[in-house]
Amino acid sequence: MRMATMRNGRAAMLDDFFVRALLAGIGVALTAGPLGCFVVWRKMAYLGDTMAHSALLGVALALLFNIQTTIGVFAIALVMSAILILLQRRATLATDALLGILAHSSLALGLVVVAFMTWVRVDLMGYLFGDILAVSRLDVGIIYGGGLLVIAALVWLWRPLLAATVDAELAAAEGLKPERARIVFMLLMALVIAIAMKIVGIVLITALLIIPAATARRLAATPEAMAGMAALLGAFAAAGGLFASLQFDTPSGPSIVVAALVLFLASLTPAASFAARSLRSMRPS
Amino acid sequence: MASSEILVELTGVGVERDGRWLVRGIDLQLRRGEIVTLIGPNGSGKSTTAKTAIGIIEPSVGRVVRTAGLRVGYVPQKLAIDWTMPLSVERLMTLTSRHSRQEIEAALASVGVSHLAQAEVQRLSGGEFQRALLARALIRRPDLLVLDEPVQGVDVAGEAALYDLIRSIRDRTGCGILLISHDLHVVMAATDTVICLNGHVCCRGTPESVASSERYWQLFGHRSSPALALYRHHHDHTHGDDGSVTALPDAASDAPCGCDAVHHREHEHRDAHGDHEERARGHA
Repeated sequence: MRMATMRNGRAAMLDDFFVRALLAGIGVALTAGPLGCFVVWRKMAYLGDTMAHSALLGVALALLFNIQTTIGVFAIALVMSAILILLQRRATLATDALLGILAHSSLALGLVVVAFMTWVRVDLMGYLFGDILAVSRLDVGIIYGGGLLVIAALVWLWRPLLAATVDAELAAAEGLKPERARIVFMLLMALVIAIAMKIVGIVLITALLIIPAATARRLAATPEAMAGMAALLGAFAAAGGLFASLQFDTPSGPSIVVAALVLFLASLTPAASFAARSLRSMRPS
Repeated sequence: MASSEILVELTGVGVERDGRWLVRGIDLQLRRGEIVTLIGPNGSGKSTTAKTAIGIIEPSVGRVVRTAGLRVGYVPQKLAIDWTMPLSVERLMTLTSRHSRQEIEAALASVGVSHLAQAEVQRLSGGEFQRALLARALIRRPDLLVLDEPVQGVDVAGEAALYDLIRSIRDRTGCGILLISHDLHVVMAATDTVICLNGHVCCRGTPESVASSERYWQLFGHRSSPALALYRHHHDHTHGDDGSVTALPDAASDAPCGCDAVHHREHEHRDAHGDHEERARGHA
């Protein structure tokens, strides 16, 4: 009897769109924070942006072949990184130019393909800027399943990933496989973009990766602490942004990014510097 | 000092990239406890040879044999650690393998930088950073230590001190050491074998441990130290601008080769640009 009530209670809680949105936002932020640290360390913000821009093409293809959009976005993000690696090998253009071409042509291609598909109604604004209030139970499941996968991979491959980020040759000389670390990093990036798209939208995904990581940099003394703090700061921004969007009736995705920005700006103030110094002087014993 | 156990052996190794041979016909043996110094002008393939020896680069031709389970400690020529990564000297020690606090303290003490354990690597001076990198390589108890221009960015007094330290590491641990230097005439005195490269092996030999010789004092007066020694080249060929190799007549074979010209040019360059401060550690 009591069991049944509890189950009903939990089901009711998940029925509330705002609770689902909160869970989804926090889940995505917890995953994006640690991975975002690698994006910052490896100076790959523009790669993240390129993968994100291609997501609309992934959505269009997913609708065309009637598969889960998350899978379509993940696949297209992987294809983008493969194309980039191929182009870099035979490159006559610098990487930033190649990324610019890939990012914007894939976005344009996505928009064109969507326009052709007159038989489906696509909420373009939802994909571009996120529609967190429309996340389903399945979406929440995908976010936490995918997020756990990303965190598990990061924990498992932390040392080779970090060593390869500092110096690929050093990692290779001392028996860690930097090539494998790089491929795994690309996979994780594609996965996070696929699960984050619903929350903040194609245009704002990179912000969720980078801003919490940049904020954590000033507070952390080790790479591990920076990853943990980026996750917490991101979750805080997600919750804060959502409550603010409810309060002021602002769009949820941009509100989350603005909340992250506020945290970043706060980290630049003298008070934050003082807090950072005392945080960093605390040594693990 | 060197034992009979060969740690790594290169036979007829050549590396080609984009239709150009970076090095060719390299034969090299390195035994446990042996110190081999690679010298040669910029672009002569010193780093390429060392990287091929430890498997960072695959040779295009030839054979590289490393002893099974060879543990390598590597100090790269450049290590640009981005400012966005918070990395203390202490954390740097466990970058590629796990170590206890005692091991970390011992490694830092052995190179004399215990006081820097909590310092951020991006804030270290050239000499401090070199020592931290050396400690990081040493903590792995390597069988083979590879040092790519370890005295680069280190001041004159620091150079001799660092060479003393490297010798004492060999004496204490018995590891093999592959050292790269762009100084064509002054090498570490404890070197067992000097190999002069310029796309191929130009000559090889032992350093003259002649801190008393007149030529040494003429060249290095104030730099003199028992840690440094001269290397006298004995080339039997010259290099054309196009990379071609021309044999010299026998009579000239003992004369210092074209490396001299390169050497002087490099020293002028160093003086003009303050190369000692240029150590690229990347604050960008």
